[in-house]
Order: sequence, then C-alpha cells, then structure tokens
Amino acid sequence: MVMDEQKIKELKILAQRIRIYALHEFKSIGFGHIGGSMSIAELLAVLYGSNMKFNPRKPDWDGRDWLVLSKGHSGPGLYAALAWAGFFPLEELKTLNQPKTRLPSHCDRNLTPGIDMTTGSLGQGISTALGIALGHRMQRKENYVYLILGDGECNEGQIWEGVQFAAHWKIDNMITFVDANKKQLDGYTKDINDLTGLADKFACFGWYSQNVDGHDVEQIFLAIAKAKMEKGRPSVIVLNTVKGKDCCFAESIFLNHHMVISPEMADEAIKKLEEAITACECQIRNE
Amino acid sequence: MSIMVSNNHTKEEIAMRDAYCQTLIELAKEDPRIVAVDADVMNSMGTVPFQKAFPERSINCGIQEANMIGVAAGLSATGLIPFAHTFGVFATRRVFDQVFVSCSYAKLNVKIVGGDPGITAAFNGGTHMPLEDMGIMRSIPEMTIIEPTDAVMMKDITRKIASMYGVFYIRSARKNVVKVYGEGSTFEIGKAVFLREGTEATIIASGILVDESLKAAEILAAQGISVRVLNMFTIKPIDKEAIIRAAKETGAIVTAENHNIVNGLGSAVAEVLVENALAPLERIGSQDLFGEVGPEEYLKERFQMTAVDIAEKVKKVIARKGSDIP
Repeated sequence: MVMDEQKIKELKILAQRIRIYALHEFKSIGFGHIGGSMSIAELLAVLYGSNMKFNPRKPDWDGRDWLVLSKGHSGPGLYAALAWAGFFPLEELKTLNQPKTRLPSHCDRNLTPGIDMTTGSLGQGISTALGIALGHRMQRKENYVYLILGDGECNEGQIWEGVQFAAHWKIDNMITFVDANKKQLDGYTKDINDLTGLADKFACFGWYSQNVDGHDVEQIFLAIAKAKMEKGRPSVIVLNTVKGKDCCFAESIFLNHHMVISPEMADEAIKKLEEAITACECQIRNE
Repeated sequence: MSIMVSNNHTKEEIAMRDAYCQTLIELAKEDPRIVAVDADVMNSMGTVPFQKAFPERSINCGIQEANMIGVAAGLSATGLIPFAHTFGVFATRRVFDQVFVSCSYAKLNVKIVGGDPGITAAFNGGTHMPLEDMGIMRSIPEMTIIEPTDAVMMKDITRKIASMYGVFYIRSARKNVVKVYGEGSTFEIGKAVFLREGTEATIIASGILVDESLKAAEILAAQGISVRVLNMFTIKPIDKEAIIRAAKETGAIVTAENHNIVNGLGSAVAEVLVENALAPLERIGSQDLFGEVGPEEYLKERFQMTAVDIAEKVKKVIARKGSDIP
C-alpha cells in the first residue's frame, strides 16, 4: 500500500496549517499548552485529512469515527484540525479560553462540536476510549475510535489498566497513538520517569506495536493501515515526535509544555510556517 | 409515591444484592441498552446472575476500578446504560477523579453501585468501610445519591434510575437487612418518607439506621416522648422541604447515618437548617473515626449507632430547645 505523492504533500501542508491555526488560538489568549499541540500536527493532518470518517455539519453522525485526545491539554491542537475540517468557523479559534468559550484548554464533549470525549485528567482517556470501542462492538457498529496518549501520560497507572484490558478483550476497533515527544511538564521523560522501549512495553501486554517518525505523514498513514489489518488484538503506533515541532519559538525551549507568548512571537512563528507551506506548494506546482 | 410500612425489626428473606440483580435482569430484558461493568467482586456484589443471563452485556474488568469507571463512561457515550459495581470504598474514595471527570463533568449516564456501606463491611474492617462515601459523592455537582433502606425500595429505585439520565451513586448493603416497607411500595427519588409521626423532635435516618431509629422512637414513646421519623433515602438532592417542616413543626432534629458525621447526611441536614430554619441538631454516626473489624452488632455499639444511642441523642437535642438559638 502506497500513499500518493500529491496526497503526502497535501497532508504535510495541512499539518503546517494546523500549527498556524493553533498559534492563532494561543496568540489570542497569550498562553497555552503549545509544545504538545505542535507535536501532534502531522497525526491530526493524517486523521482529519485522510483517515477519519466524519461530517462537520453533523458532529454526532452515527457513522463517524471517534477520537479521544487523552492528553486533553493539547485540545488547542485538535481544535485547529476541527476548525480546518469545518466543525466550527475559523474565527472562533480566537476564543480559546475566553469567558464562555466553546474552546476550553482541555477537551470538553459538552462544549466543542467535534469533540467526542471530555479529557484533561491524564490516564482517563484510554478507559473511556475502551468503553466507546466496546460500545460500538456490542452494538455491531463498524466505527473506529482513535486514541491519542502522551508519553508522559504513560506514567499513569490507569493507562496500564487500559492496556491490559484492551488485550484481554481483543479490542481491535481502537487505534492508539502515543505522542512520544520525550518530554513532560517538568522536563525530559528520561529524567523524570524513564519509559524506555514504549512500543516494546505495549507489545509485552499483547498489543501490535509500531514505531514511526511522528512527523512523517506517510509513515503514520501506512502504520494506521497496518494496524487496521490486525484483528483480535489492539494496536499502538508510537510516534517519535518533537515537543514544539516547527514552532520557531518553542521547539528549542527546554520547558515548552505551557508557555506565555507575545503576539510578536506568534506572528513570527506563523510567518515561518506560511513560508514552509509556500515552499511546499511551489514544489507541488513544479512537479 | 405509595408507601406501606411493614416493619417488625426482623430481616428480609432476600438479600439486597439479589433484589438488585433480579431487577437489573428484568430491566435488561426490557431494554437492550442496559449493561453491567464489574471489577472482580461480582460474586460479592451478587451480579453473577446478570453475567449468566447476558454474557455479552457483562464486563468484568478485573481489579481495576479506575478503568472500570472510564469504560462505563465510554459505554454511556455510545448510548448504552451502564451499571458499575464494586465495594463502596472502591466506588468512591479510590475512583473519585474518574467519577468526577469521566462521568459527572462529562455529563454521561452512569449508575455506580457501592456495596457494604459503613459498618456493614464488618470483618473486612477499616480499609473497606465506606464511612465517607456520601461525603465524597456529595461534593460532585449533579450527582444523585441514594441509600436504599430494604429490598422493596432497592427494586423500585433500581427500576426508576434505569430510565433517568445522569450519574447516580447507590449505597447499599449486600446482604439481608431489616424489612421496613411492604411489598409493592413505590418511592419518589428526592422525597423523604414519613415513617412515623411525632411532635417533639424528628429523627432523619438512612440505610440500616432507619430501623434503629424506629426502635428508638418506640423506646421514646414508652417514655412519653413523641418523635417523627423520616427516611431520607436520597441524600442528594436532599428533601429540603421535609427538613424545614421538621424544624418548624417539631423544633429539634437528630440525624442517623451509617457514615461519618462529617460530610454525610448530618452535614447535609445542617446545611439546610442553617440557611432556612434553625433548630438544634445532633448527629448520630461515626464521630469522625476510622472503621475497624467486628460483627455489625458490635460495631453499632462501638460507633454509637444503636437505638439506645439514638434515643439518648433525641433527649439531648430536646433539652437544647430554646437555649442555644439566638
């Protein structure tokens, strides 16, 4: 199975677009969970630009695939993708964390069109995603549920409760990603709670595990396809990512989990991303 | 609401867990959305018959209560109606954040049954005695907390909550309890039951202390003291009107709960009194103590939850009338 070159480039551009939209959100309020929103941009591009079944005019559409962003503090990243997909107007991105907003810092199923599950307390999303997957199975539905975990989040014991459960119950309609950006709030995961060999750890529990470059849309796409072919056991795709990727003021900063930023910083980062998109588009046109 | 009182201080033939499970099975036959989730105490909670009747609708997660609560939440999100079961301590203390975030804050539809309330945990001792579960769940917005008094009430409220949307905590003994209600009695969630009329004080009780309160009322009646007894089986939302009437009409209140006097029924009643109708209040319950092992009858004495203790508190609160209200 191969991904069309044109499609690869489209998704690369979409990832940068998602970063830009997220930066607009952060620029409006002046702060946010920037690092972890940037590191999942390629994943979100593949999911919303290619893989997931959804209808932005009917967020509750029965036939949709579901998404649980267990690392709920990256809500702003997801909102960027949802806005691009048409779940709500782009203008609304400026309301991140404002009073009475529909876009709170952590995902809320009761506030934001397109958000399937409330998250924010790390470790809980895996369980709710498993309940959703089982619920679909019990009702003979073919919908997939996509689950996004953080690597730091894998410190939480509840994650491993879910990992055991998924294997025992042969949950194969849930595809799990770990955004392994090698950092958590206080610094590097290896310094705080070293989770080496994350994919191996899942494999030990009976999961089908893959390691991919989390910023390569083609690798992500192919990994999902392979995961979907695994019947009778759960799948995890560990994404090797960089916290703050492609955000010029965040990527090189040690502590970039949550940052306070000025409009000028946001504008500069957005400009660089726009330039990257233009370069990519030129490449597409010239081919 | 249609109540028949049928109390002669003797235990029912049927265990609470069996009354519950039988009702759940009946409900599941009527509604294919009803599912059960458990955490390796199905044999203790009495839910094995449900698993036998509906194996494809019963999920035993094993010893992982946090995951169980999240799984229940996820099932609810897809339109199913999950009932989750474990011991009261694990259904509340252990999984407070999971209930709060994944169920309540997420506004999902999950019924949580916590077994072995307070001293009914008996020989499992202090680690297994939920003397704070009402308090924990009371602090969650939009939570409904019900402590069924006997099997008759258990059957009725289980049926009722199955068709109500929201997060419910049912706090119930597992084994046989003293019968209070006649067969066929029906209840209104959120409304206290007037079990006995009286004029000089009101005992507001729940769970296993309802029968103790009725015994206390008889002790007091023999001494010429007339007390009202209310069964406040819904702790949240509490029946404010019944409390205010009790304060205004009888002038003194004793609460009786198989729970810490901190944060439970007594505290809930105190909140209503202080904001609406002052009356002296005394609280029967664990006096902010940890639990310990022992047979239930010993523990009732140890924690001063007997009918004699209740009657003494009634006399104490009546003596306070007129003296400490400004």
